[in-house]
Amino acid sequence: MTSSHTAEPLLDIRDLRKEFPGQPPSVAVDDVSLTVTEGETFALVGESGCGKTTLTRLLLRLLPPTSGSVRFDGTDLLSLDHAALRPFRRQMQVVLQDPYSSMNPRLRIADIVAEPLVTHEEWARGRRGRARTRERVCELLDAVGLDAGIVDRYPHEFSGGQRQRISIARALALEPRLVVLDEPTSALDVSVQARVLDLLADLQQRLGLTYFFISHNLAVVSRIADRVAVMRQGRIVETGTARQVFTTPEDPYTRRLLDAVPVPDPTRARRTAAVASESAESTIV
Amino acid sequence: MTTTTAPAPPVDAAPPTPRPGAARALLHNRLALAALVFLTVIIVCAVFAPLIAPADPNAQNLLGRLRPPAWQSGGSTAHLLGTDQLGRDLLSRIIYGTRVSLLVGAGAALLAGTIGTFAGLASGYFGGWTDRIVMRVADVQLAFPAILLALAVVGFVGSGLWYVILVLGITGWVSYARVVRSEVLSLRSRDFVTEAHAIGVGHLTIMRRHLLPNVMAPLATIGTLHIAAAVVAEASLSYLGLGVPKETVTWGGMLADGQLYLGTSWWIAVFPGLALMLTSLAINITGDALRDVADPKAYRR
Ligand SMILES: Nc1ncnc2c1ncn2[C@@H]1O[C@H](COP(=O)(O)OP(=O)(O)OP(=O)(O)O)[C@@H](O)[C@H]1O
Ligand SMILES: [Mg+2]
Repeated sequence: MTSSHTAEPLLDIRDLRKEFPGQPPSVAVDDVSLTVTEGETFALVGESGCGKTTLTRLLLRLLPPTSGSVRFDGTDLLSLDHAALRPFRRQMQVVLQDPYSSMNPRLRIADIVAEPLVTHEEWARGRRGRARTRERVCELLDAVGLDAGIVDRYPHEFSGGQRQRISIARALALEPRLVVLDEPTSALDVSVQARVLDLLADLQQRLGLTYFFISHNLAVVSRIADRVAVMRQGRIVETGTARQVFTTPEDPYTRRLLDAVPVPDPTRARRTAAVASESAESTIV
Repeated sequence: MTTTTAPAPPVDAAPPTPRPGAARALLHNRLALAALVFLTVIIVCAVFAPLIAPADPNAQNLLGRLRPPAWQSGGSTAHLLGTDQLGRDLLSRIIYGTRVSLLVGAGAALLAGTIGTFAGLASGYFGGWTDRIVMRVADVQLAFPAILLALAVVGFVGSGLWYVILVLGITGWVSYARVVRSEVLSLRSRDFVTEAHAIGVGHLTIMRRHLLPNVMAPLATIGTLHIAAAVVAEASLSYLGLGVPKETVTWGGMLADGQLYLGTSWWIAVFPGLALMLTSLAINITGDALRDVADPKAYRR
C-alpha cells in the first residue's frame, strides 16, 4: 500500500500480532498493518469476534502484542516503559462501547470527567485545582451538549446516550490528538446513535481530532469514515477510502458484508443523516 | 450546537429492582430497627459504664453471695440480676463486660478487615504470583485454628486484651481477602478500569479510586459477621482462661464462673450468656440490613 507522502501518519501499525495462549493458540490479531493520518476518521469494520477490540487494546498498550510495532507520531510505543508512555497516554484517549460499565458507579460525574485531568495535569491537583477542574469539567459537558448542572450526580441517573456523551467529554478533557472509539454507538437506539455521531463529527471539525472508529455497523461507518479497513478473523482484508470500499469493494468478504447490509453511497448517506438528525433535534438524547 | 439535553429522566436507565414483598421488608426493617436500638444500648453501656452501672463490678460482698434476681424470692432490687459467688452485682458486671466485648469485636474486625482488604485487592488486581502467594498463605491460615494460635500466643507471650485482639485480627483476615479478591476479579475487567488504564492512572490510584469503593458493601457485611464472631471468640477464650486477665470483667469469664453454679444459681451464667447471644444476633441482623440498604441502585445492571 502506498500512502500519500504529504505527512508522516499519526498512527502507524506494522505487522501487529496477538496470539492468546491455548491449544492451538488463537490468533486474535493476525499481522495487521495500517496507518491513520492526522485529522481523519479511520474506521475499522468487522463482525463480532474478529479482533477489533483486541487491536485497540494493543495499540493503546493495554495488552502486550506477540509481535509487531505501533508508532504514534513517529515514536514506537512498544519500546517505551511506563514513565515514557505517560505523555503519549494523554494524546490518545478512548471511548468504549458499553455506556453502563464504562463509568465507576461510585464516582460523581465531576470526578469521572476530571480523571484524565487529575492524572496528567499538575494544576488540577490540590484544593485550588479542584475549583479549576470543576470549571473545565463544566466546559467539557457543555461542549458535548450536556447541562453543567449534572456534575454532582452519579452515572446511574443517566441514559445510555447521556453516558456516552459523558464518556466523550472525558476523552476530550486533555485535548488528545487521537480518540479511539470502540463501537461507541452500538449500545444506543438508532436516533440517539445519530445524534452522538453528529456530535463526534462536530467535535472533530472544531478540535481537529483524529478518530480510530470501530464498528460492525456499516451504515454507521459509511456516515462518518474517511477511510475504512475491513477486518476478518484477525486479518485486514481490505483498506481504502470510504468511497472505494463502499462502491467498488475488491475483497469478496467486503462484498458479502455490503450485500448483507445495503449501504447507500457515503456522500449521500451523510446528507440524509444530517436531515434525519435535524428532525430528531427535538427529541431528548 | 445548542442541544437542550435535560439531565432529568433517564430514558433507558436500568429498571428499578422490584422489592421482594413489602410486608417482609417491613418486618425485616422492624427487626433491624430493634437490633440497632439494642446495639446502641450496648455501646452506650460500654462508653458510660461507670455512670450506668449501679455498683462497682468488682466489689465483693461475701454476706450477699448468690443472691437471685430481683423478681425471685430472696432477691432484692439492690441487685436486679442477682449476685455471683463472690457477691458481686451481676448487672454491673454485664454492663462492664460490654467494654471488652465491643473493643475486641471492633478491634479484631478492623485489624482483620485491613489486612484482608489489602491482601484481597493485591491478589485480585495483580494476579499471577502475588495471587498465588496470598491464596497459599490463606490456606495455611485456615488450616490453623484461631484457638490454637491463641493458645500459642498465651503460652509464649502471655495473655491480655491486646493479644486477644491481635490473635483474632490476624486469624480473621482470610474471609475478607477472599471476598475482596473475587469482587476485584470481576471489577478489573470492567470498562471503567480499562479506561483508567488507558488514561494512565497508576495502580494504587486505580485500587483506591475504582476498586475499593466498589467492594465496601460486601466488606461491611463480612465486617459485621466478624465482629459477632470475635465477640463470641473472645468470650470463649476468656471462658478457657486464655483471654484477658481475671480482674477484667468479661462475659466469657462470667460464663466460666457461673457454670459451677448452674444447678443452684443459674443466673450467674445465663445472664452473660444471654447478653452475648443477643449482641451477636443484633450485630448479624444489622449487618444483613446494611447489605440490603448499601446497594439499592441496580448499578450492576
Ligand atoms: N483475554 C483473552 N484471552 C483469550 N482470547 C481472547 C481474549 N480476548 C479476546 N479473545 C479472543 O479474541 C477474539 C477477538 O476478540 P475481540 O474482543 O477483539 O473481538 P471484537 O472484534 O472486538 O468483537 P466484538 O464486536 O464482539 O466486540 C475472540 O475470538 C476472543 O474470544
Ligand atoms: Mg469488541
